[in-house]
Parts: sequence; C-alpha cells; structure tokens
Amino acid sequence: MKILVCISKTPDTTAKITFTDNNTKFAEAGVQFIINPYDEWYALVRAIQIKEADAATQIHLINVGGADSEPIIRKALALGGDEAIRVNAISQDSFYIASQIAEVAKQNNYDLIFTGKETIDYNGSSIGGMLAELLELPYVSLATKFDVNGTTATINREIDGGEEVNEVQLPLVVSCQKGVAEQRIPNMKGIMGARTKPLKVVEPVAVDALTSVVSFELPPPKAGVKLIPADNPEELVRLLHEEAKVF
Amino acid sequence: MSVLIFLDQSEGHIKKNSFEAASYGAKVAELLNTTAEGIVFGKVNDDLAALGAYGLKKIHTITNEAVNELDSQVFANVLAQAVGTFAAKVIVFANNVDGKSIAPRLSVKLKAGLVSGAVALPDVSNGFVVKKNVFSGKAFANVAINTEIKIISLNPNSYKINKTEDTAEVAELNIQIPEAKVKVTAVNKVAGEIPLSEAEIVVSGGRGLKGPENWNLITDLAKALGAATACSRPVADADWRPHHEHVGQTGLAIAPNLYFAIGISGAIQHLAGVNRSKVIVVINKDPEAPFFKAADYGIVGDIFEVVPKITEAVKKLKGV
Ligand SMILES: Cc1cc2nc3c(=O)[nH]c(=O)nc-3n(C[C@H](O)[C@H](O)[C@H](O)COP(=O)(O)OP(=O)(O)OC[C@H]3O[C@@H](n4cnc5c(N)ncnc54)[C@H](O)[C@@H]3O)c2cc1C
Repeated sequence: MKILVCISKTPDTTAKITFTDNNTKFAEAGVQFIINPYDEWYALVRAIQIKEADAATQIHLINVGGADSEPIIRKALALGGDEAIRVNAISQDSFYIASQIAEVAKQNNYDLIFTGKETIDYNGSSIGGMLAELLELPYVSLATKFDVNGTTATINREIDGGEEVNEVQLPLVVSCQKGVAEQRIPNMKGIMGARTKPLKVVEPVAVDALTSVVSFELPPPKAGVKLIPADNPEELVRLLHEEAKVF
Repeated sequence: MSVLIFLDQSEGHIKKNSFEAASYGAKVAELLNTTAEGIVFGKVNDDLAALGAYGLKKIHTITNEAVNELDSQVFANVLAQAVGTFAAKVIVFANNVDGKSIAPRLSVKLKAGLVSGAVALPDVSNGFVVKKNVFSGKAFANVAINTEIKIISLNPNSYKINKTEDTAEVAELNIQIPEAKVKVTAVNKVAGEIPLSEAEIVVSGGRGLKGPENWNLITDLAKALGAATACSRPVADADWRPHHEHVGQTGLAIAPNLYFAIGISGAIQHLAGVNRSKVIVVINKDPEAPFFKAADYGIVGDIFEVVPKITEAVKKLKGV
C-alpha cells in the first residue's frame, strides 16, 4: 500500500497572533512552528500504524512550502514517514496548494491520501475535498476512525450529533481528526534515521489561485468580566436573562 | 443569475444551520440585485414552501433516494449541473459536516473560489470580499474571491435568521445522478441530544469537576437551560465524557450565544474553540484562572456550591 500524508506547517497553538505590513501578513517573528496537529496526531500516526501492520506499506509525506518547512518535515519523517516531497512554493490559497499536491499524486498512484481535518491557522477544511475532486477520487471528511482491509476502507465520519460508517474502495482521500489515532512522540532512533531519509524538492506547476487574502484583523477586545459574588448566583441568572438576554 | 443555497438535511429535516445559510444567501442576493433559491437533496418531510420565510423564492428538490446519503463526489457533480442550469453566481453552504465535504469539491469543479467559515456578509463595494474566521477563532481574514462564480460556507451561529411570512415555489429538478462510491453502512446518533454545532447555549465542564460521577452538575444546568453539553480536552481524554463533546483548538470550534465554562482554567487552546461565543460565563474557584480574562460574567467560587444554586435559579425563572 502506498500512502500520501499531507503535512502543513502552522504556528504553535500558544503563539500570539499578530499581523504586520498593514495587517496583510502574519507576524512570524519569534513564533514557534509545528506540524499542524491534525496532520501529525491523526493522519500521520494512522498511516504509521498501517505500516506497522503491513511492512510493505510506503508512506510519503508532502508539504507545499518554502525551505523553512524542512524542520517540521524532518520531524514528520522522525515519527515514521519513509520519504518526503516538498513543493517549493509559498501557499497562495487552498486551491493552489491542492493543485500542487494533486500534481505529485498523479505521478505516484497512491492508494490512500490522508489530510488533517483542517489547519489551525487558515481553518479552511478544504484541501482534502479539493484534492479528491482534482484526482476524481472519493472523499470522506472528518474521519474519527479508519480501517482498511484489502482494498476496502471502513471509516467513521462525523455527522451532526453522531457518526456514520462509510465503506469505500481504495483509492480515496480522507481527512482525519480525533479518534483516528493517538499522538506519538518521535524517539531517538526515529530522529537519527530521519536525517538520512529522502526529502525531495520539486518546483511548483503554474496554477492561478482563486482567492486572495486582502487583510487580517483581530477581534475587538472584551470589555472585561463582570464578577458576581459567590453567595448570590441568582444575580448571575438575572443578569443573563435581563442584561445579556441570552435566555 | 441567482444565489443558490444548499439546504442540508438530516433524517428528513432541514438543519438549523441551513436556515442561517438561507437567510444569509437571501441577503447576498439582495446585495447583488438577484434572487435566492434553495436546493434540497433526498427525501424531506418538512414543508419546503415554508422556506420562503427565509427569503428563498424557489426550492429545487431532488427527491431521488440515491441522494438520501452523502457522497461528496455525487453531490458536487449534481450541484455543478444545477449551478449551470440556473446560472447561479454565488453558492452558499453551511460550514458544517456536509458543507465541509461538498464545497471544496464544487470549488474545483466550477473553478469557483471558496471562502469557508464565513462570519459576515460579503463586501461587494470593491470586488467580493468575505470575512472569515482564521487562527482558530483568534483572528479574522478578509478574503477576496476572484472568480466569476463564488462559493461561501457560513459558520454556524454567525448570521441571524430573518423570518417573514413569504412562501417559496417548490419544483422537482430532473438531473443525472452518477453512482455513489461511498456506501453508508450504519448511522450512530445520540438520540434526543442537541448537536453542539447547532446549540445556542452550551454548558461545559473541565477538570475542576474531579470526575464523571459529578457530571450531573453540568447536565442538570444544561437541561434547565435547554443547552448542549461540552467539555475540555483532558476530560474527553480521560473518557469522563464522549470525544464529540471536546471543544477547543483540537476539538470542535463553537460560537453559541452563551457559553458556560465550569471548572475550566481557560488555556489558550481551549479558548481558541470557544472565544467566538457571544457571552461567556466562567465559574472557577481560582481568581487568577485565565478564563476570567475572556469572560463577560464570572463567579469566583466553588462549583459544587455555586452551580446547583444557578440551576435552581434558572428553573425558578423558567417556572419549572
Ligand atoms: C497542542 C495542544 C492542543 C490542545 N487542544 C485543546 C483543546 O482543543 N481543548 C482543550 O480544552 N484543551 C486543549 N489543550 C489542553 C489545554 O492546554 C489545557 O490543558 C486544558 O484545556 C485544561 O483543561 P481544564 O481547564 O479542564 O483543566 P485544568 O487546567 O486542570 O483546569 C481546571 C480548573 O478547574 C478549577 N477548579 C478545580 N476545582 C474547582 C472547584 N471545586 N470549583 C471551581 N473551580 C475549580 C481550577 O481552578 C482550574 O482552573 C491542548 C493542549 C495542547 C498542547
């Protein structure tokens, strides 16, 4: 089995979000970057588990990004990818990224393509669906459980108020979230081995983005908390009813 | 030219998120001097003409049972045909489980720019710019859609539903439906619960509850308020509560009208999933808990003493 895992570089979850260049760019100075948690904890780890159960499995990682993505790609290799491909391009929009990944995927005949359910910076939740359409493959989004038996995948997909079980023939694209696997920490052997695993850099194909970010803004600051004495919770209920009017 | 709204259904009923999408789509149509039409897949038991109340002029139905269940490939294919037939210029989805599955595919199929997670109406004064949620609720981006056809998926509870007395015309659409490759073999739903994504009030518990045996504190208050229940990540990780209740950066992001945080410290990753809530109430015994900085109302106190009194007061107010 050949699996492609899409890996995105995102600011750490504790990073302070500010903008520069007249609010058109995320201020990267001093920010620690990580593998997008959904890509790492769920998509990648599930791929590794599949390989652990079937040694013939090959895991390729793909990132669309500049050379500054390489530390997170190496970390993903340390966790367990076999080789990585970096498409040397700056992300323009989801369609641009999905088109670059599709280009690589077309040359490799993957049985399975995993993405995280969304990135924690752009929150698009779009790459998986776009990729599936570009490759004319089935797509199951927001998976909470993934199993494969021969060429049949059985997937639990989140629906409003529950889950449904889907059965699909490979090849397909799946976006992964909590439940699919458990977070792992790379070990020393993995970290050492990652240094010599292949990381191929390819140039992007020409694609026009469909959207563009005009500006960013921060939400207005909160007015401050109104504290109610602990011995008068009835007052809180009155305020919520009469002042905030939320019920 | 028209604005086409995908009306999502579950078990024969149109979802609340779709009413929001319909109201939003109707307003977009007004901005563009055109009309808003809805499209419904599968068999629905609701009175569809009544959806005119949300500003829709026409509802197109595809009652073929082949589209009762979601296969994003089939749905995108059928929608693309409909968009062509009606010359739709803007397509609106709810940014929910189904919207996230279909909208990106349709974007590729139509080469139509997609903004997912929209939180406001488009600004059409100079191009077509949609404000969306980014950095997991910590910021917004204004995103220009640069293609002729535009797709927007609206975040749940981000646009107020407007209702009138109008009715819509309902008509069946004859369309070629390709064969589904995704087979739905089972559906597991928690009966009678309000889905978190649709809830207007959410009562959420953290590690401060000390164990699952104390969860009646949360569920009693939720019941009194008609609220959904949620929890912090460690609570779900410890299996005190089911995983689908986990909110935050790595769980569900929600934006209810009222979020009750009980025994939750307010870590940045937790806040990322809930800070778009309109009103936040924090009950915590630690006056230094970071959550108070993000709260609108707060009580510094022991949840085991305070929360039952709140529940009583709510019941009294509601006369139950
Ligand atoms: C990459 C990453 C992603 C994460 N994603 C998420 C996420 O999506 N969602 C999430 O929730 N967390 C997430 N976390 C974890 C997060 O950092 C916090 O650890 C977590 O939110 C803490 O949960 P808590 O508030 O329930 O527990 P604690 O931090 O232990 O807080 C318990 C609170 O209860 C109060 N308390 C205790 N007893 C009482 C009492 N009797 N009366 C009143 N108050 C009481 C305490 O004062 C304390 O403030 C993530 C962490 C990382 C590193």
